[in-house]
Amino acid sequence: MPVQLKTLLPLFALFILLFLIARHFLIPESFGKYGHYRADSMDEIAVLPIHYAGKSVCIECHDTEAEMLESDQHAGLSCEICHGPNAKHADDYDVKEFLVKDGSRIFCGRCHAVNAARKLENVIQVDVVEHHPEKENCTDCHNPHAVWEIKE
Amino acid sequence: MEHLYDILNQVDGYIYPNEIALQWGILIVLYPYITGLVAGAFILASLERVFKVKVLRPTYHLALLTALAFLLVAGLPLISHLGHPLRAYEILMTPHFSSAMAIFGFVYLWYLMAVLLLEIWFDYRRDLVIWSQQSTGIKRRIYKILTLGVTDISPKALEWDEKLGYIITVIGVPSAFLLHGYVGFIFGSIKANPWWSTVMMPVIFLLSAMVSGIALVMFMYMVISRIRKVKIDMACLDEIGKFLFLVLILDFTLESLDQVHRIYEAEESFEILHLLVTGKLTYTLLIFQGLMGTVIPLLILGFFRISLPEEKVRKPLYFLASSLVLFGVFFMRWNVVIGGQLFSKSFLGFTSFKLGMVGLEGFWMALFWMILPFMILSLLLWLLPPWKKQLG
Ligand code: HEC
Ligand code: HEC
Ligand code: HEC
Ligand code: HEC
Repeated sequence: MPVQLKTLLPLFALFILLFLIARHFLIPESFGKYGHYRADSMDEIAVLPIHYAGKSVCIECHDTEAEMLESDQHAGLSCEICHGPNAKHADDYDVKEFLVKDGSRIFCGRCHAVNAARKLENVIQVDVVEHHPEKENCTDCHNPHAVWEIKE
Repeated sequence: MEHLYDILNQVDGYIYPNEIALQWGILIVLYPYITGLVAGAFILASLERVFKVKVLRPTYHLALLTALAFLLVAGLPLISHLGHPLRAYEILMTPHFSSAMAIFGFVYLWYLMAVLLLEIWFDYRRDLVIWSQQSTGIKRRIYKILTLGVTDISPKALEWDEKLGYIITVIGVPSAFLLHGYVGFIFGSIKANPWWSTVMMPVIFLLSAMVSGIALVMFMYMVISRIRKVKIDMACLDEIGKFLFLVLILDFTLESLDQVHRIYEAEESFEILHLLVTGKLTYTLLIFQGLMGTVIPLLILGFFRISLPEEKVRKPLYFLASSLVLFGVFFMRWNVVIGGQLFSKSFLGFTSFKLGMVGLEGFWMALFWMILPFMILSLLLWLLPPWKKQLG
């Protein structure tokens, strides 16, 4: 065997061995328990705080608003898309500081403002500056839950 | 939210929300560019060795060291783009065959450890032994370590160096093809993106890699000869020019074929790609990559095939051609990586890309990753000067 290989082969063998040893210690313990991933990551994700309670939870206490919402064009929307993530309020209704109650032109404009990049068929668009400028906020005329209930 | 609203200005037509901001920026442009330079430079070096093109001798070691310098940097733009360098090893620990990226880690390691380092080592071993005896101080110690303790330089041992080096080169050619073919595969296999998804992609990447690597060696050879104030071996330069011309024709043909194929098929994505090419990519594709990076070098090199002007004229023209090719191939990567993210997969709209100056994904960062291999190369040339090797 040539002298070069006498040095190189053990050296490469050593590299591979070191790699395998490092691999043994670096792979997380729960890896591969369920599949090709770290099983512990599921528990870690599960204990992350929940931010959204979901529409079905809100409805349990707010049946008036829920009925109104169902009756009109906003029926498809979730409560928390407008009121912000509120699992905390759903757990304890005295926690109200995170509840958003915005009926301004900018707020409704997030979904309804004219925007060429959006498909018209999905959300109807109005010019938030030009549309009925007599009153300041959208909710001064439209009921946010039952949008076609127009206040005069 | 406000932020999202602001960037909507850069959108035309209909586009899905996750397409507004580009996920892959200039660092992902650099990555295939640098890997391509490695593969190309190595393939040029193996021409000399495997196919015994003797005139290329003056650039043989330069090409190998260039390949090594760029290979050491190739993965770094990726890691810096992902932003978690401490987790970078994880992909190698638990690879999966369904992840081309993970397998690449091994292709990369194989190429670095089993091909490039070994080939350079076999090539330089005798000189390392001699230099370790002649030099003093820290350099002596480095040479000593680099010999790995194999100090036998009897003719028989040297013959083995030659033989083993040859075997490594022969293994190295397909490895270099694999290394870069794989990079093309990563793009070509994304079936959701009609700009990327073509089986031609690996082949196109490979050929443009060879083009850029050959141009880089040509460029470096001229620059280094200038710095060392030695005469350029024109026969060698002409030979490199010949290969560059050949591979450039192949590359140009294949890329054109790919486009012709697209145009003739005119699938449902064609309209948006047509708008892309004639709109957002006009400069980078048609002018930078096509005209400057391909057509002009082809004309220069092709002209030399018909009649060779005198040295005074050829040298600056070779310099121009190699620089233009390097510039053009960079924009080829740009057009693939950035171009593929500019149009919506709804085929109804575009977003835009603005390269920031500062920041982790900015111009200066990219420049840093581009300069680093040249610094490593100077270090390698200082440590392992090919011109101080004894001929044998
Ligand atoms: C456990 C019953 C309960 C649940 C569940 C609940 N709320 Fe309430 N919420 C209340 C009560 C009670 C009030 C009235 C508190 C008050 O007026 O002092 C209230 C008040 C509100 C208000 C008005 C606050 C104000 O400042 O006037 C909003 C908006 C609201 N809830 C939204 C929601 C949303 C959205 C959800 C679902 C994530 C939800 N609530 C879930 C009990 C509940
Ligand atoms: C389109 C956005 C939107 C959606 C969807 C929506 N809300 Fe509201 N909600 C508002 C706005 C805006 C106000 C404040 C109205 C005002 O100040 O006049 C409000 C007010 C309220 C109030 C306080 C009413 C009051 O009299 O003070 C409650 C309670 C409430 N919403 C519950 C809900 C629940 C429960 C849902 C889901 C079933 C829901 N909302 C869905 C926008 C919305
Ligand atoms: C999360 C997005 C969203 C927000 C915020 C939102 N809307 Fe809507 N809105 C919709 C959708 C979705 C529809 C139903 C689709 C449609 O018919 O255009 C709708 C329908 C409507 C309609 C009926 C349109 C029709 O064609 O009948 C009115 C009026 C309206 N919204 C007013 C408002 C007002 C006022 C606000 C602010 C309080 C508001 N919307 C906030 C999404 C939104
Ligand atoms: C002064 C009262 C008033 C205000 C303020 C107002 N609207 Fe209206 N809106 C109306 C009336 C009335 C209609 C019925 C159709 C019409 O007259 O344009 C209407 C219609 C609409 C429609 C349906 C348009 C269509 O073409 O069917 C939408 C969507 C809408 N409004 C959203 C908004 C939004 C968003 C705001 C806040 C930027 C807002 N409105 C503010 C009175 C108002």
